[in-house]
Amino acid sequence: MSVLRSALIPLIAVTLALVVGAILIATSGSSPVEAYSALIEGSFFGWESFGTTLEKATPLIMGGLAVAFAFKAGLFNIGGQGQLLFGALIAGAVGYGFTGLPWIIHMPLALLLGAVAGAAWGAIPGILKATRGAHEVITTIMLNFVAANMAEWLATKVWRKEGDILVRTPIIEDSAEIPTWGHVPLGFFIAVAFALAIWFLLQRTTFGFEIRSVGLNPSAAGYAGISVKRIIVLTMTISGFLAAIGGSIETLGVVGRYEPGVNAGLGFDGITIALLARTHPIAVIPAAILIAAMNASASLMQFKAGVAPEIVDVIEALILLFVATPIIVRWFVKSRQDDGVSVGATWGST
Amino acid sequence: MTAVQAPLALEAIGVTKRFGSITANEDVDLQVEAGTVHALLGENGAGKSTLVNILFGLYHADEGEIRVAGKPVRMDSPRDAIAHRIGMVHQHFQLVPVLTVAENVVLGQEPTRGLGVLDLDAAAAEVTRLAERYGLDVDPRAVLEDLPVGTQQRVEILRSLYRQADVLILDEPTAVLTPQETDQLLGVLRGLAAEGVAVVFITHKLREVLAIADRVTVMRHGRVVGSTDPAETDEAGLAEMMVGRSVVLRVPKSAARPGDPVLSIDGLCVQDDRGRPAVDDLDLEVRSGEIFGIAGVEGNGQRELVEAITGLRDVLDGSIRVNGTELAGHRPREISELGVAHVPEDREKHGLIAAHSIADNLVLNRYHRPPFARRGVRQPAAIDDEARHLVERFDIRTASIDAPARSLSGGNKQKVIAAREFSHGAPLLVAAQPTRGIDVGSIEFVHRQLIEQRDRGVGVLLVSAELDEILSLSDRIGVIYRGRLVIVADAADLDRAHIGRLMLSGSDQPA
Amino acid sequence: MTTLAGRLVRYRWWLVVIIGITAFTLFTGDFRLDPTTAILAATLRHSTPLVLGAMCGILSERSGVVNIGIEGQMLMSAFAGFMVASGSQSLLMGVAAGITVGALMGAALAGLSVTLKGDQIIAGTVLNIAAIGLTSFFFTQGRSLPGKTPIIRLGPLADLPVIGKVFFINPPITYVSLLLVVALWYALFRTTWGLHTRAVGEHPSAAETVGISVVRMRYLNLILGGAIAGLAGAYLSLEAVGSFERGMTNGKGFVALAVMIFGRWNPVGAWGAALLFGYTNAIQTQFQFRGWFTDHPQFVGMLPFIVTIIVLAGFVGRARPPASLGQPYDRE
Repeated sequence: MSVLRSALIPLIAVTLALVVGAILIATSGSSPVEAYSALIEGSFFGWESFGTTLEKATPLIMGGLAVAFAFKAGLFNIGGQGQLLFGALIAGAVGYGFTGLPWIIHMPLALLLGAVAGAAWGAIPGILKATRGAHEVITTIMLNFVAANMAEWLATKVWRKEGDILVRTPIIEDSAEIPTWGHVPLGFFIAVAFALAIWFLLQRTTFGFEIRSVGLNPSAAGYAGISVKRIIVLTMTISGFLAAIGGSIETLGVVGRYEPGVNAGLGFDGITIALLARTHPIAVIPAAILIAAMNASASLMQFKAGVAPEIVDVIEALILLFVATPIIVRWFVKSRQDDGVSVGATWGST
Repeated sequence: MTAVQAPLALEAIGVTKRFGSITANEDVDLQVEAGTVHALLGENGAGKSTLVNILFGLYHADEGEIRVAGKPVRMDSPRDAIAHRIGMVHQHFQLVPVLTVAENVVLGQEPTRGLGVLDLDAAAAEVTRLAERYGLDVDPRAVLEDLPVGTQQRVEILRSLYRQADVLILDEPTAVLTPQETDQLLGVLRGLAAEGVAVVFITHKLREVLAIADRVTVMRHGRVVGSTDPAETDEAGLAEMMVGRSVVLRVPKSAARPGDPVLSIDGLCVQDDRGRPAVDDLDLEVRSGEIFGIAGVEGNGQRELVEAITGLRDVLDGSIRVNGTELAGHRPREISELGVAHVPEDREKHGLIAAHSIADNLVLNRYHRPPFARRGVRQPAAIDDEARHLVERFDIRTASIDAPARSLSGGNKQKVIAAREFSHGAPLLVAAQPTRGIDVGSIEFVHRQLIEQRDRGVGVLLVSAELDEILSLSDRIGVIYRGRLVIVADAADLDRAHIGRLMLSGSDQPA
Repeated sequence: MTTLAGRLVRYRWWLVVIIGITAFTLFTGDFRLDPTTAILAATLRHSTPLVLGAMCGILSERSGVVNIGIEGQMLMSAFAGFMVASGSQSLLMGVAAGITVGALMGAALAGLSVTLKGDQIIAGTVLNIAAIGLTSFFFTQGRSLPGKTPIIRLGPLADLPVIGKVFFINPPITYVSLLLVVALWYALFRTTWGLHTRAVGEHPSAAETVGISVVRMRYLNLILGGAIAGLAGAYLSLEAVGSFERGMTNGKGFVALAVMIFGRWNPVGAWGAALLFGYTNAIQTQFQFRGWFTDHPQFVGMLPFIVTIIVLAGFVGRARPPASLGQPYDRE
């Protein structure tokens, strides 16, 4: 019952967004019915489409998890983009640079090192917040820009194959690939496993209890002997780790190399997904599949119904708006009675 | 010829106010005459603050009528109240700390040079004029946050006078003052009444009512239980009206049997949030089996002292030892495990995580240790067992241990904290403002628990702004002034006036 | 210490910074007049959207509302300004549209954060993401403007050496932004509106008890701030670039927040901070011009963002923000 009730607001938000989206499609001179049937066809009809949807859902699950996890400690990680970028780049570098390793070692190693790079990138705003009181929202956004520049430089000056005119790393070794079974990508199941693990961590471990305590009432957590600074740094590090796993899987399982821009926008999608899932780690999975379905079918919608593919961005923005508004009202209003996590109250504080 | 009766300055008729299922005011009547001091007496939670917030337009009454100078008025916001010449001095000062005295006084009704351009010189001149007329000494250009509490309160009074208030409402104005500052304030209020102002004065201190009130209205559980001339009653009579039964004003306790020192503090120096010295070369010793009370005006380093002992604030210099082990430099968790229990000053903010269950809050200081957690994994069965046991032993009134702590009343929240902190055999208990804002029944319970802890051989450090609490519980008393203990003596050797002088000026000389 | 010597000691680090920047500017300008003037002019140019964005932030935050949606407000306004100007072939209409849309975005933020009492940071983030989605969807290629806003020479002042070229030969929004800095400073610290704004941001219930409506002041300031952010957006599309590009704000709305903090929530301070940030952009151009770091442009490109992080982390110039910032206000 309570599962149904907590799913109500997200369902209403998605419905409202689709209705408004239909109106926009109609005003741009296309048929909403055609567009939406193309959406369903392009994402769920047949193993190929469904496989593509799952493939696209994989980094979204990780991005959503990264945001949702940080939220539990009262942290708003908008830096998923940069963390994911580092994961994708380092996984790509390890994927082509290390040769002669067996798959059972090479693939996990590339995945792990990519994730560690993202974790390190995520730790920076955590440390800045814990020691200097710099709000993570701006530092993570700024670090996204810095990461984009850094990644471009590394992909251009350090790891580019000689003679390649494009900014990208060489193709990874076969031994680093995350395979796809038929049309079903293994990476998706890795992401699902992480979602389950994060749920267990938050609900069943003392570390998770500490994270939730810091998110709900940092000063009481401090009085109870929990080191709030340590939790902030660790949470941001793990959040960066999760986002970077998404980037690593993208490189190792989908693209086969690092190319800048291929993951653009994934970081912001993570926010939408985390809020749509009301920051529940398991609920992140269906939320990510929904957004992935729209992304997977955008080109079919353009082909069949003549709608600009950016309609997907608009519908996503609308979902976020509608899902955030009642969350803001129902959930965050109560945060002053310590019912939920508030990320606004720490602005400018030390 | 019949004498024309002057209309009442302020009148409330049948006022009722509900918050959800709670009725804060029920059918309340209040009549205040011009030129008198009218005390509104009642214990915490009796509905006094709700009533005056309605009179000042901050809350809207569900039923009833308010009359000013005989005419019914609508009171939708403070703006309406100000327009009807009602002023209010709030318990938590409604002043802007970063603005100057003059800016605070004129805020909302500023003198201008036209086109909305401020005339701060005119404001300062007006403040000076009012201050001289009513004998409220204050520098109009001083920044508010740099001033002592008593002076800030004068600014609040000036602000109402600037708005030509005929009625001045003061919500527990003496709660933050020393006895001497209180006497000064009472003098000011008498002077205002003599000028024709109707003064409504909220308190739960009987002594103050008897000292200056022309009339007293007593509230209990949201209702008015009576209105009388204080000259016709005495302290015991008022107290009985206030709580509805004869109260024991003294906490029963036997003589202390102190043992060896549990807590020894030497030359402690601690800074406040802004890096200024808050605790300055302080020495202190608490022995097992005694209650050591720290009296003082709030803001003299009490909070920083407690935070330093519990590891929440860095120790700049000096040492803090518990049973010989140095605490300085240790983290809060280590200090808690060394045997320091802590009832924090701000229950809601520091003592509980309101969204967590009562069970989680009851083990908040031990959740990470067996049997409540094994190898980092929580053990809900063990947590629930302990919680059920504590709920029964400490008489915590709740339907379920899984309910969020938010659902408890203030007194029961304090019992959750007490249960958690008193139940694991710590040799030192630091209790800061342990009864602030809770009902009489819970106050009694907490007081009895503190004495029980003492009789078991625990050393108790009690910090309280309620002088009565310090006097009735402590075996020894230290008075803190500007971060130092200016006196440490047996409770029996100190009287109220003496402590008051020390709280105010740090010296024995009358202020 | 109020003596001159005392002030020199107190502000010694600022002196070092100013002398250092001057020397560095002359050096990059090859100690010639024209390139040095060009750097200074470019500094002012780059600082304009930042100081406008920062003033939007100051208005919001001085009244107690965190505005993290400046980026989205600027982007939507840049877009609206461009679409209306290209549709009507009138730049003035475009600027008006930019300001209007900015004000509407400000009202939306007020609705989410003041009326619905939502988490202010999430509300601002929603605005940012919505702006990216909406501008991408509705943007159509192939539209063009009747030109950019024209450069106006301010008579004889324009002939002054260096200063003339930097300050008195500029397009209109640049002049307006300079006037706004002074006007907003005066309004904030010398008028009843400013006193009310500061009171609402520091201690809203105190303001309410003297009859100042917290809700009204916050709405007013968020809408005014939105209008100023709208002007910044119009500046980008109609005055600086002369076209609209997807995501053209490129983080300027966030850098503006750092400018606001660095400027201690004071318009004049923010102007100084914006010049500093504008300078880090201006020297990039000069670097390219002189062929420095051309092999590694990414490191120069990340400079403003790193400076923002340093400012935010309070390694330089830390001040106390308005006390009620980030907390929704509830009367009962």
